[in-house]
Amino acid sequence: MGVAAVAERGVTRYALRSVALAYLTVLLIVPVGLIVWRTFGAGLGPFWDALSAPSALHALRVTVVVAAWAVALNTVFGVGTAILLVRHDFPGRRLLNALVDLPMAVSPVVVGLALILVYGRFAPAGGWLEAIGIQVIFSVPGMVLATVFISLPLVVRAVAPVLEELGEEQEQAARTLGAGSWQTFRRITLPGIRWALGYGVVLCLARALGEYGAVAVVSGRLVDQTQTLTLFVEERFQNFDQPAAFAASTALALLAIVTLLLTKLLRSKDR
Amino acid sequence: MAIEVRNVSKSFGPTPVLEDVSVDVAAGSLTALLGPSGGGKSTLLRIIAGLEYPDAGHVIISGRDATALAPQRRNVGFVFQHYAAFKHMSVFDNVAFGLQIRKRPKAEIRRRVAELLELVHLEQLANRFPSQLSGGQRQRMALARALAVEPEVLLLDEPFGALDAQVRKELRTWLRRLHDEVHVTTVFVTHDQEEAIEVADTIVVLAGGRVEQAGSPHELYEHPANPFVMSFLGPVTRIDGRLVRPHDLDVLPGPERDSIPATVTRITRLGFEVRLEVSVDGSDAWAQVTRGRADALDLEPGGTVHIRVHPAARTLAAETLAAV
Repeated sequence: MGVAAVAERGVTRYALRSVALAYLTVLLIVPVGLIVWRTFGAGLGPFWDALSAPSALHALRVTVVVAAWAVALNTVFGVGTAILLVRHDFPGRRLLNALVDLPMAVSPVVVGLALILVYGRFAPAGGWLEAIGIQVIFSVPGMVLATVFISLPLVVRAVAPVLEELGEEQEQAARTLGAGSWQTFRRITLPGIRWALGYGVVLCLARALGEYGAVAVVSGRLVDQTQTLTLFVEERFQNFDQPAAFAASTALALLAIVTLLLTKLLRSKDR
Repeated sequence: MAIEVRNVSKSFGPTPVLEDVSVDVAAGSLTALLGPSGGGKSTLLRIIAGLEYPDAGHVIISGRDATALAPQRRNVGFVFQHYAAFKHMSVFDNVAFGLQIRKRPKAEIRRRVAELLELVHLEQLANRFPSQLSGGQRQRMALARALAVEPEVLLLDEPFGALDAQVRKELRTWLRRLHDEVHVTTVFVTHDQEEAIEVADTIVVLAGGRVEQAGSPHELYEHPANPFVMSFLGPVTRIDGRLVRPHDLDVLPGPERDSIPATVTRITRLGFEVRLEVSVDGSDAWAQVTRGRADALDLEPGGTVHIRVHPAARTLAAETLAAV
């Protein structure tokens, strides 16, 4: 290879790097940096005050409750579905496989609307539930449902390939050694997928904490009742309470960074 | 009988894998299921273990009908070709697994695992993880793990198939000795006739989903039921329309009764044995002679010799071979 060619390749590489860096700077670093700068512009005090206001704390609590439920449900559903898809062959398997990805394609707002159509007060299912004292829409159950729906594929898609790679032989060996289904799952399958499951759970958590669209529709955005942290940011911003909006935004961004670091850690464990 | 397989059939989709297969395995025996790949031998072994269920027929283990029994209730030990080591457990925990499932006291488990690790020569490696072991060590660990639960039958699916030739030979001899020590009824699957003859006391030849023949290695080698078994269990050559073992051919310097003339095409010296390729009436055949005999005949490519099937040798008509 000639010297000119090498030099040219070097130039191309630097040009590509610059473009990528500029792109990220404009789209990501500047906006997030500005939020952090605005948040801490007046020191830590205002940030702390804004976050410890009753409404902010309530929003944080709602977010945590909804996310915890969504993660728990999706972990159980995700592992079960992954095992079903990888280990079993049944009519409709491909359909189920395709359906799992549906939430990725459907707009969250549409999801929220669909839930209202089914569980709203004037729908048959929603009316019946309301009659026995369970309010779904404009309440935490509906928000959990919306969040579960939105983050449905994350655990399945994290676990399924690892389960596939793990193969069936270890499980079969455990069976011949006398282990039942549950013992085999707990002692062989679960340890085999633990890092992938952790990765899926963290992704699911990140998605649940940051969800806005579907939750906005089904929650009714009732301040101090069904307001999550993301809804709180939006509502405070609309009401010209910028310090609170920025403080909550920064808190969400920090949570995101922590989950991102966790996923990196779990990914490397799998290698 | 420790294992009785009665009229078992099994298909995967439209493909029949086993067709009306019946096999008896004597208690305490070391039986080889031998056959070409795709012959159904692994499927039969997995049906005995309960890892597959037959479409028709019965599996009886120690006199009890086990056909519908889940694998964990059959009390069989199973060793996989690719070891199926529990990767997240130490060697000790791998071997202890079956005993822990059975909730045996800790002290007993420790004692039993130590015994077994000694039996398979892994006592120094109890705290290692499978990824730190060689293939041969992993397979010995898998064997100890299967033996830990004191199975009524031990099933091995191509146990040495993933190992290199040297280790395979060692483990073969070792398995034979282990069986003489432990006496557990053992069935192993192999496609290697040499391995089957060397290790097993009974061989069941399976091909195309059917049992071709069952018997002792000697019986199968000396009295093959059909051309397929004959050619699968040892070298064969075709002469005068019949199949015969190459070492059952007498090579003579001049014509004698029943001999036919042949032209020498190639001489290959393999140490003590000499492989003599000849052409008889335009078709190729080969004979196996000793070095001394070859020297005495003073063989040259292009020369003429006279070939005769040894009077005591068993031959089979070759016509049907093409169909197998």
